[in-house]
Amino acid sequence: MTTIPSNLRRVLRREPRARPTTEPVAAPSERVEAPPVEIAPNDPLVAYFSGATGAVDITTLQLDSPALEGLREAGIKLVVPLVSQGELIGLLNLGPRRSEQEYSADDRKLLNDLAGHAAPAVRVAQLVREQEAEVRQRERIEQELRVAQLIQQQFLPQELPDLPGWQVGAYYGPAREVGGDFYDFIKLPEDQIGIVVGDVTDKGVPAALVMATTHSILRAEAPRLVGPSEVLTRANELLVDEMPAHMFVTCLYAVLDPATGRLRYANAGHNVPYVSTGDGVTELRATGMPLGLLPGMAYEEKEATLAPGDTVLLHSDGLAEAHNTDREMFGFPRVAALTGEASDGEVLIDRLLKELAEFTGPGLEQEDDITLVTIGRRGTGTDDAPADTPPAAPAERELTAFEVASELGNERQAIDKVAAAVAGLGLEGLRLERLKTAVGEATMNAIEHGNGNRPELPVEVSVVTDDTDLKVRITDQGGERPLPEVETPDLEAKLAGLQTPRGWGLFLIKEMVDDLHTAVDEHHHTIELTMHLKEAPDARS
Amino acid sequence: MPGAEFGAEVRQHDSTGVIDLHGEINLGADQALNAAYDEAVKGDPRTVVLNFDRVDYINSTGIALIVGLLARARKEHRSVSAFGLSEHYRQIFAITRLSDFMGIYPDEDSAVTATAAAST
Repeated sequence: MTTIPSNLRRVLRREPRARPTTEPVAAPSERVEAPPVEIAPNDPLVAYFSGATGAVDITTLQLDSPALEGLREAGIKLVVPLVSQGELIGLLNLGPRRSEQEYSADDRKLLNDLAGHAAPAVRVAQLVREQEAEVRQRERIEQELRVAQLIQQQFLPQELPDLPGWQVGAYYGPAREVGGDFYDFIKLPEDQIGIVVGDVTDKGVPAALVMATTHSILRAEAPRLVGPSEVLTRANELLVDEMPAHMFVTCLYAVLDPATGRLRYANAGHNVPYVSTGDGVTELRATGMPLGLLPGMAYEEKEATLAPGDTVLLHSDGLAEAHNTDREMFGFPRVAALTGEASDGEVLIDRLLKELAEFTGPGLEQEDDITLVTIGRRGTGTDDAPADTPPAAPAERELTAFEVASELGNERQAIDKVAAAVAGLGLEGLRLERLKTAVGEATMNAIEHGNGNRPELPVEVSVVTDDTDLKVRITDQGGERPLPEVETPDLEAKLAGLQTPRGWGLFLIKEMVDDLHTAVDEHHHTIELTMHLKEAPDARS
Repeated sequence: MPGAEFGAEVRQHDSTGVIDLHGEINLGADQALNAAYDEAVKGDPRTVVLNFDRVDYINSTGIALIVGLLARARKEHRSVSAFGLSEHYRQIFAITRLSDFMGIYPDEDSAVTATAAAST
């Protein structure tokens, strides 16, 4: 359906209303509106009107056109096409004159002038209406996105399981149009743990709702049934009845026994997990149909044993199937290769995301949700460390760790305690003074900007050394807040009263120390100040 | 552990207003520092000299107070000098470029002599 016929349908016939002042008794009942006439987009009349230069007398028009017949049947005598910028946007349809005379040349001229003025105005009105409809549509979509995101977030784990001897990592990066990815960790009997990664086809609210249903079914069934094959079989049976048409869920479900490293798993059509082992990368393959497609499905169950140093990567499509600007795919082989190169799960997740960012380049919107879960068994000693593990960094020893309440002035406590802790390390004189100033400023920032001067929120300070460097870590409860770009304050502008005299803190910190880093998680913001203990004997002084 | 409270006394040395600062220059020093400056400029001296000899701590807020004081003096066409800064704070005054806008001297005599010489 094109827009032209719908526009045309809205045009009603009106009796000519020329010179109303000379016909003062025209009662409203005398105005006749003809029924709308349907005009098919391919009707030859459309092309004829588009090319017409003025009012068209349709009583004499010779054209094989169903619409022309319709207009005649509706009592239309004269049609004035409304054309704006070469596009037919409407018709002014007129019945016979009340005087029963023919339309005169003057009448036609008046109508043509009227059409010439009315057409652009009608077009503007149409555009405004289209624009409004588009805005409403966009708002509806945005609202849906927000709802989908909300549902999604509700069902993602708030924290990772704490498994002694294991390193568990997870990353979930939603696409703008939320894609229905999910992951979960489920506590099982005998200290086992269930690990789920899944992906619902489709996007938005429908996908989020199916994801929520699947999540709830697995949460309910896994602790009862435990075995991966049984759990997926049962989940499939329950989902088949619930699943909207054309939707299904891919899902990898694994059960880990942390005591032994035994990993049992079944796969409902999800991406094959990769395992980084001392002997290279292996795949955890098991066959099974996605959940919710067909009843009576069986799921193959397999098992593997994770040795110390092994790391499993569970991953959703969003990673391997991401494209770059040349429409090349990031690809499964690349994911597998990167899995083999990483020393542990956290490193692996960071590396995968970094490589992906480099691959897709800046400014490309993420196509699909990305979910990554890593389960790594820590090495039990140097003998167990896989051959590709890089040499370990020198061990850090903690010199002190303490907290101060978030009240201005308490930075002096931090300064004094840090100074006492580093005594004897060879950091003396001006370099010690520099560290003290940096600790004071960083603590003040944490008190004021991180913890909002709320005394009940602690600023945590720890001092560690590996005998090469001294690191002071100052943590507040302010959560994710990037370190602003450190700019050199403009003293001239400050002296001229053009800028506030304040704003020296971060600049001072950066100038005082040898290295400055920040780390953030959801709840904490840490600034790490580094002073070299051995080389560079006060290069700045 | 509360630090030493800030205080400032003003005296005249030749025709120069000298402000003896002591304690910590931080947010709490704001009023006392400005009051001392008001006192020091009563005789409309060309120069105000800051004595940092007994200052044991200056934080970034303290730097901002000194910037504010310097801005005010420049508006009033006065110069500001300083002496008694520790080596660490001399470095900080250099890093912040405060020392580009105020004379830094090792002791009071050299500060006053230099400012007297500059104003003759």
